[in-house]
Amino acid sequence: MATVKTKKTTKSKKASQIPVRYRVIGTRPIRHDGVDKVTGRAQYGADVQLAGLLHGGILRSPHAHARIRSIDTGKAAALPGVKAVITSADIGPVTDRVVDLGEGATRLQHLRDNILASGKALYQGHAVAAVAATSPHIAQEALRLIEVDYEVLPPVLDLREAMEAGAPLLHEDLHTDDLGTKSMQPSNIAKHLRFEKGDLEKGFKKADQIFEREFLTSMVHQGYIEPHNATAFWNADGRLAIWCSTQGGFTVRQQAAAILDLPVSSIKVIPMEIGGGFGGKIHVYLEPVAALLSKKSGKPVKLVMDRAEVFEATGPTSGSHIQVKIGARKDGRIVAAQAQLAYEAGAFPGSLVVCGMMCIFAPYDLEHQRIDGYDVLVTKPKTAPYRAPGATNAAFASETVLDEIAEWAGIDPLEIRRLNGAKEGTRRADGLVYPRIGFLETLGAARKHPHASAPLEGPNRGRGVASGFWFNVGLKSSVTAAVNSDGTVSLTEGTPDIGGTRTSVAMQLAEVLGLAAADVKPQVVDTDSVGYNDVTGGSRVTFATGLAAIEAARDIERQMAERAARLWGVPASKVKAAGGVYRHATDSKKKITFKELAARLDETGGPVVGKASLDTSASAGGGFGTHIVDVEVDPETGKVQILRYTAVQDVGKAIHPSYVEGQLQGGVAQGAGWALNEEYFYDDQGRLANASFLDYRMPTALDLPMIDTVLVEVPNPGHPFGVRGVGEVPIVPPPAALANAIYRAAGVRLRQLPMNPGRVLEAILTRDGKPPSKA
Amino acid sequence: MSEESKKPPAPSSASPEASGRFSRRWFLQGVALSAGTAVLPGEGLLGGSAFAAPQAPARIGPEPVQIALSVNGKDYQVKVEPRVTLLNALRNYLNLGTNTPIDLTGTKRVCDRGSCGSCTVILDGKTVYSCSVLAVECQGKKITTVEGVAEGNQPHPIQQAFVECDGLMCGFCTPGFIVSSKALLDRNPHPTPTEIRRALNGNICRCGTYNRVFQAVELASIRMKVKGG
Ligand code: FES
Ligand code: FES
Repeated sequence: MATVKTKKTTKSKKASQIPVRYRVIGTRPIRHDGVDKVTGRAQYGADVQLAGLLHGGILRSPHAHARIRSIDTGKAAALPGVKAVITSADIGPVTDRVVDLGEGATRLQHLRDNILASGKALYQGHAVAAVAATSPHIAQEALRLIEVDYEVLPPVLDLREAMEAGAPLLHEDLHTDDLGTKSMQPSNIAKHLRFEKGDLEKGFKKADQIFEREFLTSMVHQGYIEPHNATAFWNADGRLAIWCSTQGGFTVRQQAAAILDLPVSSIKVIPMEIGGGFGGKIHVYLEPVAALLSKKSGKPVKLVMDRAEVFEATGPTSGSHIQVKIGARKDGRIVAAQAQLAYEAGAFPGSLVVCGMMCIFAPYDLEHQRIDGYDVLVTKPKTAPYRAPGATNAAFASETVLDEIAEWAGIDPLEIRRLNGAKEGTRRADGLVYPRIGFLETLGAARKHPHASAPLEGPNRGRGVASGFWFNVGLKSSVTAAVNSDGTVSLTEGTPDIGGTRTSVAMQLAEVLGLAAADVKPQVVDTDSVGYNDVTGGSRVTFATGLAAIEAARDIERQMAERAARLWGVPASKVKAAGGVYRHATDSKKKITFKELAARLDETGGPVVGKASLDTSASAGGGFGTHIVDVEVDPETGKVQILRYTAVQDVGKAIHPSYVEGQLQGGVAQGAGWALNEEYFYDDQGRLANASFLDYRMPTALDLPMIDTVLVEVPNPGHPFGVRGVGEVPIVPPPAALANAIYRAAGVRLRQLPMNPGRVLEAILTRDGKPPSKA
Repeated sequence: MSEESKKPPAPSSASPEASGRFSRRWFLQGVALSAGTAVLPGEGLLGGSAFAAPQAPARIGPEPVQIALSVNGKDYQVKVEPRVTLLNALRNYLNLGTNTPIDLTGTKRVCDRGSCGSCTVILDGKTVYSCSVLAVECQGKKITTVEGVAEGNQPHPIQQAFVECDGLMCGFCTPGFIVSSKALLDRNPHPTPTEIRRALNGNICRCGTYNRVFQAVELASIRMKVKGG
């Protein structure tokens, strides 16, 4: 098996003949899973049917914070049709330890407690017990028979209050990891981190003006429309099979193994088609519970969340409190930048504040910086990533302050970004030095776009601009690819396909082998059937699984060349392959196509399988976006209507441009919802008041204009085709761009998300220092 | 059961069907809520008619009753409690006698509260949210699900256009969009862009494929015009 580090991959670029003019890359073939999905045949997790299947349900805490004194499951267990009832006691004891799940280290106890609460319920919706029964209706009835004795404790709902000494504690044994030292007193602050570059004080001394601003954002949900589900079957031989909706079969396997204290090899995870994830389908919720119910009942058990459970009990992304202090010179040059970010972790440590810290000033080349971050516990669900996690909150703060500075300095907003923009060689505050990046190119393309100079007429209208950055992680991917006798290739992947990666990965294999995209038959398989793969996340699949596919294709190409050599009775070194044709190096009469050769595998030595598995930890390429938006603000109601939207992004090389454009449009749609409407709304008891699509309003067709996209292609040097991750960047700029547009339209700077009609109207009414009139 | 372990009885906190304390009033409340916010404008979606089936017996249930459903031109015998929604019946209930599920899982359960459109089916020519209609109310009506949109083994021009225009990403909302688009084109073969937008406003796509979906419906409309002469 070809195991390569990316560095080697990059070097071997010349050795393999990847054409400069692509035949498949950059085209728009139809997606392999298209027909299945438009005809309703695609199989998602809730569609799983097994003989003898039981249906489960979960009892959830009605309290945001409560000690569980006792749980009596007797009556529920006695209900006819009930086959198993479990609580955290059924997980069984293991000594607490730190487990590394590839997604960062977590305390095993926290991982387990989020699945089924043990000592305390830490948010409304926290799972407390579960049942399995012969029908969903009986399961629901059984849940009502479970008696839980709670001692209700005060909720901790405000991030800033949670940080204060004396705030009610979620975990009595949690001490702050304060820049590496453990605090004496227990606290709700799990972690304090800092990045520093240059000399902040010196920088601020050079400033003509210092801008200090404060921002608040609410918890929001990824809103994937497929609810979480899991079907588990714990076989008598101790082997456990799990069918579920996940961004990573292997991460489910790892987490389930840790929680259930099983070897990973006893668990097979079958990732079904996934109806959206956006970061929210990485943590496990139902999988270990379904497994325990199956173990106890001896039958397969299916659990499917309803929409309220998805809102209340999965992982939304952090609300935040961000303070920014930026010093600027009159010429628009930023001389010092400081930020303090506090992110809600939810009930257990692990917000992605560190990503916010890395992204907040990432588009800029700033000499003096200090960035502090706090991971803060509150009695809300444990947060999870959401598309460019942490970066959208951060950019909302930094990009609106930058807009203010541009106005103060009398400089165009695109120009001030260019003036301070990061480029190859710029070092971020967290230490990373950029390889070739395309931020300045996005600014140039934005300036050239007709939208930037189109007149914007009419009252209450304004145009805003903002930029944003997000990483492209690499991590581990494995694929195998088998040549079929009809000249096609079956490609086996282990990274669930959320947005079209089956096709974008298959296209890369096709390009190398000189095949059409339709000649590659990609499938995503279970964890027993392919080598290890990290999750679909971090905009990594088209990049990293794509690299694996390229390696596998080269493996196939090498073997096919050997077969041609055997046919001709010449050494393999005499065969040259290019564009799907294998030729004798000197004898021009000797040539054979991939398809012809594939039909003759049996006579030349049997099947050909290509394999690759790689870990591209270091060399992935980040991406930048610059967005322009026009809005109209209704001064009577505060409603913001988006009139026109243009998203420009450095995408490296667009493998399938339609998908890339789709990612940009989808990111903007979500970013606009976050900016203008979406938020978790808790009452003072910590109960979520809007756990439905009626009350948590996501953008529909009438809320959004056509979203124009511009793909700027600055190739990533870490990938043979120049691929960069593209899926996450586009959610980063929208809230800031919209806030800047609202300012131009209505003269008010909003520093709190969402910028819903109520908030915008209040800002308009108090605009000139006036109290809101009682009109 | 102790007071504490109850879920707050907000209409949004559980599906009507899942609740043992299911009441018709509560269900209607849910439907009324959705009718106010997420109904396809101008489509008369839900329209209240599902509850006015004139030939419905005076009292049925709570025990399971046997009913006949006509889905995609095929008749099924199903035994359901009256609280079972059409969505649930389509996805999970057995076709009696054959002992095989109806098993039409193309229709998706997303909100179960009439607010997303993923469970859209065509009931006697009109689109309805199948999560907000009881199966027992659908006797004697013609039901078309996403599985019935294709013409035999041949994808319908709408389905073909969705694939070609890439009007899907994760695909979970797609069956709902396909069915809504089909109903639109059946009624209005050549809709304007605004009509398309309005007709599909009752369907949520979190992947944000709206632009492509509109293109697909336009393309299908043009092709069907050419084909239909
Ligand atoms: S599932 Fe029926 S409208 Fe959402
Ligand atoms: S394609 Fe994923 S929700 Fe529409």
